[in-house]
Amino acid sequence: MKDQKTILLLSLAIGVLLAGCGTPNIYYWGRYEGLIYGQYAHPDKASPELQSRLMEEDMHKAISANKPLPPGFHAHLGYLYYQMGKADRAVAEFQVEKTQFPESTVFMDRMISNLTKK
Amino acid sequence: MKRHFFQIGMLSALLAFAGCATQPYDYTNFRAHPPRSIVVLPPLNNSTEVKATYGYLTTVTQPVAEQGFYVFPVAEVDELMKQNGLPTPGEMHQAPLNKIGEVFGADAVLYLTVNQYGQVYQVLSSTTIVTAQARLVDVKTGTLLWGGNVSIAQGSGDSGGGIIGALITAAVTQVINSAGDPAHDLSATANRQMFRNDGHGLLHGPYFPKDKEK
Repeated sequence: MKDQKTILLLSLAIGVLLAGCGTPNIYYWGRYEGLIYGQYAHPDKASPELQSRLMEEDMHKAISANKPLPPGFHAHLGYLYYQMGKADRAVAEFQVEKTQFPESTVFMDRMISNLTKK
Repeated sequence: MKRHFFQIGMLSALLAFAGCATQPYDYTNFRAHPPRSIVVLPPLNNSTEVKATYGYLTTVTQPVAEQGFYVFPVAEVDELMKQNGLPTPGEMHQAPLNKIGEVFGADAVLYLTVNQYGQVYQVLSSTTIVTAQARLVDVKTGTLLWGGNVSIAQGSGDSGGGIIGALITAAVTQVINSAGDPAHDLSATANRQMFRNDGHGLLHGPYFPKDKEK
């Protein structure tokens, strides 16, 4: 009986340790990856309108949580706006991505110039 | 008593051996060309499940970004590749590195292969399996910076209620699972294990918080 209790406590402790390792801590993820999965798995249900609305909600939640949004978030939101015909808002999001992550400059400039060519 | 010591001795030898078997990864190349930004291409799919490519791709950004790297937006990378005449992961993986550097300005490319993705059904329950491998390649030199692989299986929950209860549970979980794509959820766990693993995963990138460094 005592052994069982020890094993239970030990496995609980290991569980807690494992849960602690690899959990996100830098960014507020919200539904970023889930929505992209939805866009591929159920394209009929994950319209740009719905996706962008949920991502805007997540932006507010990130501000309340005082955490930055992850790499790619603003780029993806910008692309959704582009698909909705909102070119100005798309460019604005691509600029935010660039400011937050200068590593994205080449790609974002390409997206912006493709957009303004059209 | 003597025998007891012998057993303990064997056990510790085994434990020591288990430790030896997992030597840390050789990070020489990684340290020589430390990337800031990583472009993740849609995975090659060797599994029988068509959903594997995108079910897996959409669980990679979080663990890689939480290691401190800039991860390019996966859906837009995929879209741009498709618009440039590369409709499949196989063709995307053949894209020349200098072209990837020019188009995205990325430091490194992550090439993924999914070998198993989905469920194996037994009589009373099912097991979800995800097996994958990854290669991180330096865009400028073509050097392999890091490689990893992961294999993970998860059984559907056991529950009481005898054989009838178990049969009903198996049927119910199959219905729920097929709606939810459990291999997608398991891929997230697999990727945390593969990328965020001290001694074997990716080293930390520039956005990893300094106060959390060991």
